[in-house]
Amino acid sequence: MKPHLSMIAVGASWGGLKALRAIAHGLPAHFPVPVTFVQHRSKESGALRELLQDCTPLIVCEVEDKQPIMGGYVYLAPPDYHLLVDGDEFSLTVDAPVRYSRPSIDVFFESVADRFGAEAAGVILTGANDDGAAGLRQVAARGGLAIVQDPRTAESPIMPRAALRAVPTALTLPLERMAPYLVSLATADEGPRPRRDRSGGADEVRP
Amino acid sequence: MPTDDLSAPTGADLTAAAEAPVHKYDPDLERIEIRLLLEGIYRHYGFDFRSYAYASLRRRIWKRIAAERLTTISALQDRVLHEPAMMERLLLDLSINVTAMFRDPGFYVAFRRDVVPALRTYPFIRIWHAGCSTGEEAYSMAILLEEEGLYERTRIYATDINEVVIRKARDGIFPLDRMQEYTHNYLAAGGTRSFSEYYTAMYDGALFAPRLMRNIVFSQHNLVTDRSFAECNVILCRNVLIYFDRTLQQRVHKLFYESLPVYGYLGLGSKESLRFTGFEDHYEQVDRREKIYRKIQ
Repeated sequence: MKPHLSMIAVGASWGGLKALRAIAHGLPAHFPVPVTFVQHRSKESGALRELLQDCTPLIVCEVEDKQPIMGGYVYLAPPDYHLLVDGDEFSLTVDAPVRYSRPSIDVFFESVADRFGAEAAGVILTGANDDGAAGLRQVAARGGLAIVQDPRTAESPIMPRAALRAVPTALTLPLERMAPYLVSLATADEGPRPRRDRSGGADEVRP
Repeated sequence: MPTDDLSAPTGADLTAAAEAPVHKYDPDLERIEIRLLLEGIYRHYGFDFRSYAYASLRRRIWKRIAAERLTTISALQDRVLHEPAMMERLLLDLSINVTAMFRDPGFYVAFRRDVVPALRTYPFIRIWHAGCSTGEEAYSMAILLEEEGLYERTRIYATDINEVVIRKARDGIFPLDRMQEYTHNYLAAGGTRSFSEYYTAMYDGALFAPRLMRNIVFSQHNLVTDRSFAECNVILCRNVLIYFDRTLQQRVHKLFYESLPVYGYLGLGSKESLRFTGFEDHYEQVDRREKIYRKIQ
């Protein structure tokens, strides 16, 4: 039995644009699981949505407060807000930045873990800080799937390495295998899927 | 070590909770405990957080629990109800006031371009700034209107639920170490003078010119329970309603709707929207990017 997935949360920082585009590009139209990107960026950066929309048939949108969560969408955390899930909707806050970041990947992943438990997947991509590590640990602790970009394929390996230190059992994948794997999880009857160990994390599957 | 059994979220900012005894995480029980906590606070102290947005509320509550080295919401409830000092600390968490002068400069650029020309045609201008916190954005609007030559005939009603921040707002003194950031914002917002003309540096504070305060009325007002007090040409309420649940948001939007004449303006935060409120059809968005709406019916 493949797990039912209700949310794929993806965190990225330095070098994230290329990595996020690669993932968006690899997802087919009508991909059934909501995908949310949390990318560190400045308040002024406005074009990220368009850059992502260019490479996917899914609808890419910057989240607005109380927006319903639906399949077929790639959601993008807006700059200068924290993103949370609240039932079947998104919720935004302007609470203080967490370790200099707003949006904070940790804040979003923790919220996703608590809301979706085993129906959540957390993906940590390239970045030059350790945001997301604590959040990914929470995703794993709640029985969700923890996935980390292979640091050797990351533009900046610091964030994936920190995530792997926090969740040593996380599945590591090179960037080009990431989208195909998510597709297999969400759509195929039998994909390569990791066993869950006692800690709730995922065993590593050799790519 | 990660484990299934932590009751408290184990975020980077919540490390204290990881050392606490463990309970199985049960989201349904959490909901019950939060409801009881908020009901207790309302009945005992009169602060009503019962219609606040759940996700941000629970995050703030867990942060307080971690800071106090407690393990459950029920334990926090015990302390909150029996120790007023604990209530005060939680109250600060629940009413964090984040603000800045000329915050989101693009909003002020759009306001100058899209709203100011209409305001020029009015003999008298009333602006309601709801949820003004310590007043930085109300002073920003006063500066903008002075530069546009409209401030003489403007009154800004700046309100907040919190008496403490209103008192600070009336002082008109802001931290000196933020003036560099505010100067940057001011220029990006289309400011036409030198920002330092507007304040006097004293010790570690920047005292804003008394003439800016002249037409601002700061007062305590509760969006949850209080009624409208005047018809206003412009209502600004930015990043306040995101902390309310959908039902309360709708109630406040009704209040705003009733306080605006046709062609009155409503300014929201950049990712707030009328889309999910039921009032979408009553307004048109006047700026493509910024959330400035005009009432049309």
